[in-house]
Amino acid sequence: MAAQNLVFAVLAVVAVLAALRVVTTRNVVHAALYLVAVLGSVGALYVLLAAEFLAAVQVLIYIGAIVVLFLFGIMLTRPTLGRESGLDNDQRWLAGITGLFLFGVLSYVLVEAFGDERLPRLEGLDREALTAERGTGAVGDAIFSTYLVPFEVVSVLLLAALVGAIVLARRE
Amino acid sequence: MSEFLRAYLTVAVFAGAAGLLVALMLGAGWLIRPSRPTAQKSIAYESGVDPVGPGFGQSQVRYYIFALLFVLFDVEAVFIFPWALRLESYGLFGLVEMGIFIVILALGLVYAWRKGVLRWV
Repeated sequence: MAAQNLVFAVLAVVAVLAALRVVTTRNVVHAALYLVAVLGSVGALYVLLAAEFLAAVQVLIYIGAIVVLFLFGIMLTRPTLGRESGLDNDQRWLAGITGLFLFGVLSYVLVEAFGDERLPRLEGLDREALTAERGTGAVGDAIFSTYLVPFEVVSVLLLAALVGAIVLARRE
Repeated sequence: MSEFLRAYLTVAVFAGAAGLLVALMLGAGWLIRPSRPTAQKSIAYESGVDPVGPGFGQSQVRYYIFALLFVLFDVEAVFIFPWALRLESYGLFGLVEMGIFIVILALGLVYAWRKGVLRWV
């Protein structure tokens, strides 16, 4: 357990420092790249919780696709890249208070809802059984039973996003 | 430490070794090489055509669609993984459901194709 705590501490420190750099750096592209470090650390935390599927999703979707979309958005909208001044907003103190309030609410909800939950013991379970029954297999079972309709609706949502982007981007 | 995390310890050791190797090689190069920077040396193409203007050019909105298509099929792949793991227990039902999912997303690809946005001009 001590080794796990140590790894958690290292990953958490990396995630928090990188997150601070995301909002303090003056270069928007650097902010996007620091975001990769934040998301990567969070993905490693998922592995530490034995949620391999979630970690793979984190790397595939967030680091692989979402950050690429961010970079494309930056490259489309910025006239130039590089250090910028005047990124600070006048309302940052208000934003800070709102952020603290949100942190408080989310912490309260988490502790209230999952405060008594314990992580499942992983010792004694063999590798394949863990993936099939607790991990990726359990996600699949949930998708194909309880969440079947949302699963099919997701495909329609993605289709709508693509058609919308094509309509907006094409010059008629 | 459980068997699960011990398996990932291999990944961590491997990543650490890879990082150390890069740091060692770059560090050794940095220690050994002489450093005499001049303006000539630091331009993008030394002894080539002199660069004109800034290195940044605003990209076209057309390329955004390629990124969005990538996100689309990335999400599709993510849903296929847990399905493939448990396909035997879902049987024909799972096959039909996943078929509907893939066909709906493929409609997007067909639409993009017909609209001619897949051409890389």
